[in-house]
Amino acid sequence: MSDVQNDVTRFLDRLAERAASRGPEPTWIAARRQAGAARFEAMGFPHRRVEQWKYTDVRAIARGDFALATDGEFSQASAAALTLPIEAHRLTFVDGVFSAALSRLDDLPAGVQLLPLSQALVENHEAVGGPLGRLTGVEFSPFSALNTAFMEEGAVLRLAPGTVVEKPIILQFLSRAGEAPVMSHPRILVEAGGRSQATVIEHHVGEEAATNFTNLVEEIMLDRGAILTHYKLQEAPLGDLHVASIQVEQARDSRFTSFNLNLGGGLVRTDLVADLNGQGAETHFNGLFYGQGRQHVDNHTLVNHNAPYTFSDENYKGILDDRAHGVFNGKVIVKRDSQKIEAYQNNANLLLSDRAEIDTKPELEIYADDVKCSHGATTGQLDEEAIYALRTRGIDEQTARGLLTLAFAGEVMEQVDLEAVSERVELAVAGKLPERFNLAGLVETAVALGEQ
Amino acid sequence: MLEVKDLHVTVEGSEILKGLSLTVNAGEVHAIMGPNGAGKSTLSAVIAGKDGYEVTAGSITFEGRDVLEMEIEERAQAGLLLGFQYPVEIPGVKNIYLLKAALNAQRAARGEGEIPAPEFMKLIKEKVAFMKMDTSFLQRAVNEGFSGGEKKRNEILQMLVLQPRLAMLDEIDSGLDIDAMRVVADGVNSLRAEDRGILLVTHYQRLLDFVVPDKVHVLVDGRIVKSGDAGLARELEARGYEWLLEETAA
Repeated sequence: MSDVQNDVTRFLDRLAERAASRGPEPTWIAARRQAGAARFEAMGFPHRRVEQWKYTDVRAIARGDFALATDGEFSQASAAALTLPIEAHRLTFVDGVFSAALSRLDDLPAGVQLLPLSQALVENHEAVGGPLGRLTGVEFSPFSALNTAFMEEGAVLRLAPGTVVEKPIILQFLSRAGEAPVMSHPRILVEAGGRSQATVIEHHVGEEAATNFTNLVEEIMLDRGAILTHYKLQEAPLGDLHVASIQVEQARDSRFTSFNLNLGGGLVRTDLVADLNGQGAETHFNGLFYGQGRQHVDNHTLVNHNAPYTFSDENYKGILDDRAHGVFNGKVIVKRDSQKIEAYQNNANLLLSDRAEIDTKPELEIYADDVKCSHGATTGQLDEEAIYALRTRGIDEQTARGLLTLAFAGEVMEQVDLEAVSERVELAVAGKLPERFNLAGLVETAVALGEQ
Repeated sequence: MLEVKDLHVTVEGSEILKGLSLTVNAGEVHAIMGPNGAGKSTLSAVIAGKDGYEVTAGSITFEGRDVLEMEIEERAQAGLLLGFQYPVEIPGVKNIYLLKAALNAQRAARGEGEIPAPEFMKLIKEKVAFMKMDTSFLQRAVNEGFSGGEKKRNEILQMLVLQPRLAMLDEIDSGLDIDAMRVVADGVNSLRAEDRGILLVTHYQRLLDFVVPDKVHVLVDGRIVKSGDAGLARELEARGYEWLLEETAA
């Protein structure tokens, strides 16, 4: 048996073990599992000869031996230190297992359903079976197939038409440093009714020594006029492996704003897809990734302008230090009859080390003739003139470089409405800078001045 | 305080300064004037430590220290500060970051701790008001989108906050309208102190109506060809540089 087959078999063996310990399931779930497993078995893990995976080597995942966590225990105190200090509705998962103790669902407003997937299935599995898998099927990627084979837990968010949720909704994923690495396959389903509004923060964080694999699939459906802001704040431990496939379906006049903020994780691949299916639908993709050491961060985005008068705007920034490797692939497809659309895309990268690497590729496929589209990609180093100017004020070179790096990230962070998130990212970027000179203190000063 | 002796500097192989000597003592305001291309900006750039200037002979000492052996930031920390003719825009770096980082770097060099936040706030608000600037400007990125006048005010603001031992101002008057000129000149005058030297580099005499120098030097072709008091500046304004060029050539 070849290594590749071995890898696939190892994962499928885990599935068989799990099936043996699991009770009976609705037939549709069993059927999907089977389809997922079959698809995954047929495709195997993606290799670099596939264009979509050209720059990302997933052998660290394929060769891993990951168990499935059986409990969601996590000390309240350590969890509190990791949790975002935001007044929010919160679902917490520990290595993929739902933790009621670390969740907060007591004051959900009328019209909002927020519950773990397992519970949603118990309450009404057919209501889940309809939408689940509609956007992200087993064909999307070997990882979506794998997720479908393993899916058990995750989050379901349903917003009744017209519901406006004031507080953000946090989906917190904690990764533990256990005796052996584990994997989880969270499944998130968001159904936002007409003119509903909410902010969802998907937060990945964990214990420093953790080395787990997370394989997430998220499907977001926005009905007419729905407005959703979605944060993916990736602060997972540096040994964690992370793959996420996020797909958004947008009806007429809906607005989706994504902040994909990637600071953590050893190997991270995020696919973000928006289907603009109705006139007036707009989508904003904001991204910031900061890689150091040997971190590998791959962002693949796709916007499908399936209807006329749709709008997309994408701005991704990458900062790469040491031997970190970044990948940005931004694709925009404009269908033949999608006239009067606007699509803008920009990717700027900053390389702080000679050995850091970025592979950036914008792709536009335009089949309509009356459109406004632009794209650009730049990669560079810090501005030496600016470094000199700062040094002439007595600021040492390391700090000068730090300030300019923070400034580079700032452009994306200025778009962030949640101060707790933007401050956290700014502090993280400042804190990660080599030999920092209390940049954190500077950020705090600016915040204090702003509050006066 | 500052002593420049027989300084020879080449830029990309051609000699710009050809044996320049200058002494600035504490409490004095010196103005260096001269036609374009005489080497005025080269002098301040070399003192500040900009790359690309090769000192082939001569020396620069500041309070007994060999300036040419000091890192760029060490010079500033020691109190040798340059105000730029063309201040650089630094997108994303807030003015307040720059001011606080610079002030703390200077304090650290003196072995002092970081400035307490309330003290810092009080200090910068006072200086910002003196320069007739709005506090909102502290949250803006350094010089980004600033008018020429705002950039120059910002240079002086940095001087007021950092209180250098020797302030060098390179063409600080260029691109200023008369109101901005007054504010900038007030800022410079407020820097005058017994223990501080000020070195103004300027092409025109205009600024010197507002900031009256103790000594005026004329720099022509890499050397100081004439020194005098404020009266020399007025003579240059009236007669131009031509007569001096001829005198020098003769």
